[in-house]
Amino acid sequence: MNSVRNVYLFPYVLWIILCVVAPIGLIVYDSFFDIEGHWTLENYTKFFTPVYLKMTLSSFWYAFLITFFSLLIAYPTAYLLTKTKHKQLWLLMIILPTWVNLLLKVYAFLGIFGTFGLANAVLSTIGIGTKQILFTDFSFVFVSVYIFIPFMVLPIFNALEELNPSLVDAARDLGASAWTTFRRVVFPLTLDGVKAGCQAVFIPALSLFMITRLIAGNRVITLGTAIEEHFLVTQDWGMGATIAVFLIIVMALVVIVTGNRR
Amino acid sequence: MRRMKWGNVYLIFVFIILYTPIFYLLFYSFNSGGAMYDFQGFTLEWYQEVFQDTRLLMIVLNTLIVALLSALISTVLGVVGALAIYYVKKRQVKNALLTLNNVLIVSPDVIIGASFLILFTIAGIKLGFVSVLLSHIAFSVPIVVLMVLPKLQEMSPTWVDAARDLGANEWHILTKVILPFITPGIFAGFFMALTYSLDDFAVTFFVTGNGFSTLSVEIYSRARQGISLSINALSTLLFLFTVLLVIGYYFMSRKSSRLYGMWGRK
Repeated sequence: MNSVRNVYLFPYVLWIILCVVAPIGLIVYDSFFDIEGHWTLENYTKFFTPVYLKMTLSSFWYAFLITFFSLLIAYPTAYLLTKTKHKQLWLLMIILPTWVNLLLKVYAFLGIFGTFGLANAVLSTIGIGTKQILFTDFSFVFVSVYIFIPFMVLPIFNALEELNPSLVDAARDLGASAWTTFRRVVFPLTLDGVKAGCQAVFIPALSLFMITRLIAGNRVITLGTAIEEHFLVTQDWGMGATIAVFLIIVMALVVIVTGNRR
Repeated sequence: MRRMKWGNVYLIFVFIILYTPIFYLLFYSFNSGGAMYDFQGFTLEWYQEVFQDTRLLMIVLNTLIVALLSALISTVLGVVGALAIYYVKKRQVKNALLTLNNVLIVSPDVIIGASFLILFTIAGIKLGFVSVLLSHIAFSVPIVVLMVLPKLQEMSPTWVDAARDLGANEWHILTKVILPFITPGIFAGFFMALTYSLDDFAVTFFVTGNGFSTLSVEIYSRARQGISLSINALSTLLFLFTVLLVIGYYFMSRKSSRLYGMWGRK
């Protein structure tokens, strides 16, 4: 009996040690070495200099903006989706774009936001005139929100589906207005979905480096871009690992705050 | 009634936003003008270019091989992992295992990529096919576990007891009782692992080294050089492939009432 269970446990625990514990341990370990391989705490002191702190702050600010706008667009979408006929089919239509390679979607925006692209064509038709859209903060936030909307819609949709409709009826019968019902009944009861969605958006928004690279040029530097830069361009693994350690801590905090219910 | 109307307008607007970039890509893949604006005429030239580009076709093949192999291996490991968690009696141990399992799911790709780069360098594994395959297996295992575990928990434990009372050994219990019951979960896990692997860019980008490339990495390096309509042609082909997969998956999962793991991808 027990030996059979150990047969299952052994390979799985081995996977956990090799693929979860060891890599994170190595990141922490590497953060104590400088570029020449000497043991040092310098990376951490460097991290707390204005240059890196400013980058961290701006990365948080962008991630916050992206999460906020995704929520703003996704909540009504999820709410309206639950009211449609064939809602599973419509939900599938929301999810389908996530199965198109992310890079291709980002690449599409290179065309749309380009000097002669769709966005500028629309802008000049309505009389605003062509603008530089690519390589701005706006384009970065817009494309990121575009990418993340489905990940926000899905958990909120599921939370709304689990909501007992008679609670809404009861609130309305007791004289609450539609807005009060939403504010006092529907939203609090779907808060878990909102939290799950924010978790699914905020962490990647801190770390996705390909959107910044392709869409924002070098204007926007996020934690992810900085890590990629240190590991693959300047080869300063120690500093990259230090930023990664910080990102892991942030990730843990976000997971704790938004609660990990699975 | 009026509110419903505005609601529909909003939904249509969201759908337009979601699909415009995709159809924009597809539309200009037929542009003979060579740019993503100013449609000059219909051409299949870019598709021809894709099918004549042997390097690109090799990369597609590489991507498929990595995806299939990593999905297969991680499905086996994931099922074993789910069984391990299922059989653990102590609550704390169970929760600890689940937490460790979820670390790689919540982790940003950059962290996974960077940490695996360090791991492979220290272990002396050459960056290339093997490192990409190993890392894809690593991040697919927890997803398979999460797909299979709920199915195991749905299974009535009395079945296993009954089988044992009737004299079945552990192997028979596994192959005749447990595995047939959790098959939908296993398929969903395999499918998710496959899409995760096909879609992954960031992790692969870190551990790929020179010489070996997958489709995502190739698209990235081409897109950094600017617009080339053969990428558009390629994306049309990939989109059609995806739609076929999704349709197949939709009908498969309609049989088992719930949409398993329709969680998309970062």
